[in-house]
Amino acid sequence: MDDHSLLYGAILYLAAAVIAVPIFKRLGLGAVLGYLVAGVAIGPWGLGLISDVETILHASEFGVVLLLFLIGLELNPHRLWEMRRPILGLGGVQVAATTLALTAAGLLLGLDWRSALVAGMGLALSSTAIALQVLTERNLLPTAGGNAGFSVLLFQDIAVIPMLAVLPLLAPTAGAGLEGAQGPDWLEALARLGVIGAIVVGGHYLLRPILRLIAATGLREIFTAFALLLVTGTAALMQTVDLSMALGAFLAGVLLADSEYRHALESDIEPFKGLLLGLFFIAVGMSVDFGLLLDSPFLVLALVTGLVAIKAAVLYGLATYYPLPGPQRPLFALVLSQGGEFAFVLFSEALGLRCLSPEVCGLLIGVVALSMMTTPLLLWLYEGVIEPRLRAPAEARPMDLVEDQDHPVIVAGFGRVGQIVARLLNANGIETTILDHDPEHIETIRRFGFKVYYGDAARLDLLHAAGADRARLLILAIDDRAQALKIVELVREHFPNLDILARAWDVFHLLQLRDKGVTQVEREAFEGALRLGETALARLGLGAWAAKQAANRFRAHDQALLADLLAHFREDIEVRAAISASARQRLREEMEADAAFYAEPRDQDWH
Amino acid sequence: MSDKPRILVLFAHLDLRRSRINGAMLTAIGDLPGVEIHDLLELYPDFYIDVAAERRTLLAADLLVLQHPLYWYSAPAIIKHWQDLVLERGFAYGPGGTALHGKAMLQAVSTGGPASSYRSGGAHGGPLDDYLRPFEQMARFTGMRPLPPLIIQGGHTVTDAQIAAHAARYRALLAGFRPLAPDGAAANPPEET
Repeated sequence: MDDHSLLYGAILYLAAAVIAVPIFKRLGLGAVLGYLVAGVAIGPWGLGLISDVETILHASEFGVVLLLFLIGLELNPHRLWEMRRPILGLGGVQVAATTLALTAAGLLLGLDWRSALVAGMGLALSSTAIALQVLTERNLLPTAGGNAGFSVLLFQDIAVIPMLAVLPLLAPTAGAGLEGAQGPDWLEALARLGVIGAIVVGGHYLLRPILRLIAATGLREIFTAFALLLVTGTAALMQTVDLSMALGAFLAGVLLADSEYRHALESDIEPFKGLLLGLFFIAVGMSVDFGLLLDSPFLVLALVTGLVAIKAAVLYGLATYYPLPGPQRPLFALVLSQGGEFAFVLFSEALGLRCLSPEVCGLLIGVVALSMMTTPLLLWLYEGVIEPRLRAPAEARPMDLVEDQDHPVIVAGFGRVGQIVARLLNANGIETTILDHDPEHIETIRRFGFKVYYGDAARLDLLHAAGADRARLLILAIDDRAQALKIVELVREHFPNLDILARAWDVFHLLQLRDKGVTQVEREAFEGALRLGETALARLGLGAWAAKQAANRFRAHDQALLADLLAHFREDIEVRAAISASARQRLREEMEADAAFYAEPRDQDWH
Repeated sequence: MSDKPRILVLFAHLDLRRSRINGAMLTAIGDLPGVEIHDLLELYPDFYIDVAAERRTLLAADLLVLQHPLYWYSAPAIIKHWQDLVLERGFAYGPGGTALHGKAMLQAVSTGGPASSYRSGGAHGGPLDDYLRPFEQMARFTGMRPLPPLIIQGGHTVTDAQIAAHAARYRALLAGFRPLAPDGAAANPPEET
């Protein structure tokens, strides 16, 4: 592809996505279907603007890899271990049962047993990209149904490996190659184990120090570059030993799920994932062979319907047996009812080994691509028609939420102020999510058992990742005054329910924060200074009690002055300038007000 | 039990510098051996009372003295707060709550109004003893032996000489205090002077 066609292609994909996706989103059909239709529109069977479908499809498969990396980041090893039962149980049974059912269907349709088995295996796999995207788009991933769906997808990603391994044995000429294959197979298995071992060990011991070094440079784009390098590198490593790239990325994600850089990695990778995944869907849309559909429309439609029906039936049975809560079963069944991107890989491979005839292979790929388009439609139907009826009797949704990283309090800035606040909260059993952008700092703090995440709290995506939409309080304790104000604006706009407690640098900063609607603002130095003054009074003979009362009175008096100042501050900008400029004059006025306040006679008869 | 009786004085006053009576009383007992004075508002201006430390001192004491002016027919709030926090079930009463058994309790109270106003029909509606009853009952309930309260009244009108005499009486009372012998009889009952 030369430079011109690259630019041309980019413009085409972006334009198609920008036009189609918002329309489909508006119609309530979801972004995935929008991408697919955009692909159809610009593909060989639509406007015919793109012909090089194969290349695009391959390149954009990397979106799936990034997706799996992000999913891995959400699952630390502990939670993954907790999910072993649904992964092995649900996933294993789904793959086995669906393969059997589809192979039987293939035999009934007159395929030879080889083709039937290959088709059965390939079609049993669902589309991680479609299913996960559809689930995240509707925020269904944390439900029991979404969780079970994810477990099955994860198992399928692992199951591809033995499936690909079995293919050569199914080849018509397999007999000759069998003995020769034994030796290299051992080596290959060793190499695979070695690569996985390297990823696990390297991910565990090396990644954090490297990430720390890179974060210490303070260059955000380098951090992003490293994040991408990490995922591509892991994926490439897996590919050299014929393992699933997505699985490798997933593994890398899991290994970093506990690290303080999780949120930063998430928000850096997210846009790339979104775009590449979109491109992937577009490519799928483009690759649908409508020629086939036009040649034998009934056969193709019947096959797609049959495929989706058989897969959904097996899944529904599983959901009932497992068991999932009633209203979640159709969701689980529909989300995984399509053929997946791994089918493309498997069928191309099988074609090369002559396990499949070119006609059957083309037909199968067409069916898979079309079945991918059915999922968003079926889900749209499910949400519009089936779910409302099921949900009427029991509002059982919120109970089965998978526990997430949502802590009630986010502490932004873990310096002198944030530390004290977080320590007090932690000492009282309140879990906090801590954000800080100083890697050195983070390392020290982690030794004391705090969970700290690296990142810039003024980034909306990072706030999202930190759970700002679910948290109750944000302790805004960062050093940077302007940044603090920016965060307040962000939070006010995007998380109106998140209550802010803010640290102010000085009076002017306090007024700025109050003016932006933060009701609880503390000047970082005020309480400490008051305390020193109080102790001075006590030492000078006033006594601890009287000194305490004096300090309390002074605080109240000062707050009244601030309230006055705030009223002026809001009124007009000139006053603002005055307040910020003439600190000395303000001090004089304040001292005069102090004197007037204390001049009030106070007396009581004591005995 | 050591030979010298140990005395814990819980003291509270909202403005000791302006006080005529309580200041003089404190000065009078300040140098007595075995007397520990806890000026509660000075120790705990935040009302964050060190319960463990208070209990330790209380356990070692033979006599608990509550010295305070009468505020609204009771003690200053921090004395009540001290009671609420320190005298808990399991320590001062209830199952296993025998820490205070055998100790004595003395209340040293000053009132602003003269004695004549503390009677039925007077400005304060009843005898002072009525208002001190909760403290006496606190002592009984926790197994302490309440001693007759030491009272000075008419805080706004008493002369310096009267105050000096009262302070001396206070000092003599504490100096002459003897705890009960183990057999339960008063080994040397405090002398009223």
